[in-house]
Amino acid sequence: MEPIIRHTGVGVPLRASNVDTDQIIPAVYLKRITRTGFEDALFSAWRRDPDFVLNQPAYSAGSVLVAGPDFGTGSSREHAVWALKDYGFRVVIAPRFADIFRGNSGKQGLLTAEVEQSEVERLWKELETVPGTEVEVDLESRLVRCGAVEAPFAIDDYTRWRLMEGHDDISLTLTSEQDIVDYEASRAAFKPTTLPART
Amino acid sequence: MSRPLTLAEKVWRDHVVAPGVEKDGQRSPDLLYIDLHLVHEVTSPQAFEGLRLAGRPVRRPDLTIATEDHNTPTLEIDKPIADPVSRKQVDTLRDNAEEFGVRLHSLGDDDQGIVHVVGPQLGLTQPGMTVVCGDSHTSTHGAFGALALGIGTSEVEHVLATQTLPLNPFKTMAITVEGTLKPGVSSKDIILAVIAKIGTGGGQGYVLEYRGSAIEQLSMDARMTICNMSIEAGARAGMIAPDETTFDYVEGRPHAPQGADWDAAVEYWRSLRTDEGAEFDTEVVIDADELEPHVTWGTNPGQGVGLGESVPSPQDFSDSGDRDAAERALRYMDLEPGTPMRDIRVDTVFLGSCTNSRMEDLRAAAELIRGREKDADVRMIVVPGSQKVRLQAEAEGLDQVFKDFGAEWRFAGCSMCLGMNPDQLAEGERCASTSNRNFEGRQGKGGRTHLVSPVVAAATAIRGTLSAPSDVLAAHPA
Ligand code: SF4
Repeated sequence: MEPIIRHTGVGVPLRASNVDTDQIIPAVYLKRITRTGFEDALFSAWRRDPDFVLNQPAYSAGSVLVAGPDFGTGSSREHAVWALKDYGFRVVIAPRFADIFRGNSGKQGLLTAEVEQSEVERLWKELETVPGTEVEVDLESRLVRCGAVEAPFAIDDYTRWRLMEGHDDISLTLTSEQDIVDYEASRAAFKPTTLPART
Repeated sequence: MSRPLTLAEKVWRDHVVAPGVEKDGQRSPDLLYIDLHLVHEVTSPQAFEGLRLAGRPVRRPDLTIATEDHNTPTLEIDKPIADPVSRKQVDTLRDNAEEFGVRLHSLGDDDQGIVHVVGPQLGLTQPGMTVVCGDSHTSTHGAFGALALGIGTSEVEHVLATQTLPLNPFKTMAITVEGTLKPGVSSKDIILAVIAKIGTGGGQGYVLEYRGSAIEQLSMDARMTICNMSIEAGARAGMIAPDETTFDYVEGRPHAPQGADWDAAVEYWRSLRTDEGAEFDTEVVIDADELEPHVTWGTNPGQGVGLGESVPSPQDFSDSGDRDAAERALRYMDLEPGTPMRDIRVDTVFLGSCTNSRMEDLRAAAELIRGREKDADVRMIVVPGSQKVRLQAEAEGLDQVFKDFGAEWRFAGCSMCLGMNPDQLAEGERCASTSNRNFEGRQGKGGRTHLVSPVVAAATAIRGTLSAPSDVLAAHPA
């Protein structure tokens, strides 16, 4: 996973609360067998509306989504995070996130920054007044900056540390490689293996 | 001496690769070693893709095994899978197994079958192991005294890459079942009664340990049925302490330890009992003598009653959430409160799934229907849990018993348990099913499911209405 310490990119104002995972990615896309290439699936129902924010050229290359409270509610599908990442988002800002979505994001290196509702309103105004305005998200200082707005954001220490170090769960576990090797050396000889079968 | 431990705590202790670290009052998860990773076509494609994207190998292909089960047809298995989406998932598993060096049992292979039937059958599931699979019914393997957990796709990738999982400790619950089951009452009825008692969320955060004289009397097949449905009570896992029944089952299987290894293994396995004085966070007691065949009337496995009872009324529930759920369930199931369960007519009987598709299940059902006639309007499908079960049943002539009865004898797989393959209920059809989930639409859009034991399924196929074996013995002499 690429570390994120600071990210700067075009902000996308999504004036909606309770954006559930069915909106982020409808169930029909879950039959796919790949882990990438979900960019077309992101908000696919909403994107049929020509006025939807991502259909406006100034926002189409956005990488910081600014949404209303309770973003990511609904099913536990990890696909929601894959779709946001595949589209190009690195950060989602919202006043509150659904737990499972936040957990899945942390696993996949998508930064979820919790910003007060009043500050989110100010961000929306900045981004709508001058479409294409960039948002800077700084994990070090836990600050979001955009035009005249500078607002703190909340994120738990463990996730922050992991994101800044660029650790996904697997690479983190692999830092315990020696422990794993030691454990394997001490495993009982009678434990079964699948290859090759003993006859 | 260290403090007394439960079975679950012992297995946990013996798999800690690196303990969690305490920091600012928060403890990071323990890193646990995984002894066996079972893989199937539905939840693995993105995990393998993740490995490919990161350039990582499967760390221990020799502790990993895959089988095709969820999407596979149970008829005409020599033809290509008709549904292109299902075919693609199966083909992808084949490609991934080849690329990453994972052993795979494909459709048509003698060791193919439902992943939770195949593992124990090969002797790969053994006491004291940690077993994971990207499937919630992995809890089945707990019947051997293994800690067996269902996991998500990210975790599947994690285990493929590292053979470990970071896990937070669980709470423990003892479910003590004392007494002796009456004839016609089986382990399916025990677990349905447990879920009706503690609720579908009652096990949340817990590893359940089933114990007591009634559990000790059960065969391995019957124990697997109980542990299988632990997840339906919301639990992370269910376990039963290994004993002579367990050792006898494992001994001689293809992957069982041999010679000196066997002796060392059994010595260790014998130590895997909850210590005298060990404390559980919660304890539940069930009286086996009192149990009768159990059936569900609603759309979750906790909505069940004894077969002798009637469909409840929403008014019977004091909790408003339960009341709403009951109302909704009765509407979906098209049932009137007060209707005796025995009066409910079914269209289909499904004998199969990782809950009840092993030899003992097929034998018990076959014994009841032998020489009897099927209700003319009922369709019955029998789907063995694995090809090995199918072959064994054929060797015993059970296939002929089912066919003479008018049931369909199929190839192995998940089949109508979840209807990912063509075996589905039609809209509005009512089914007595030996599977584990009666959710809305689970067995086909608009389909209505009553969860039952294999012998209740057989009795129901004879009478056409939900029935106990005793109903058949009284009125339908063979
Ligand atoms: S038989 Fe049913 S519950 Fe068991 S693994 Fe297959 S789909 Fe899941």
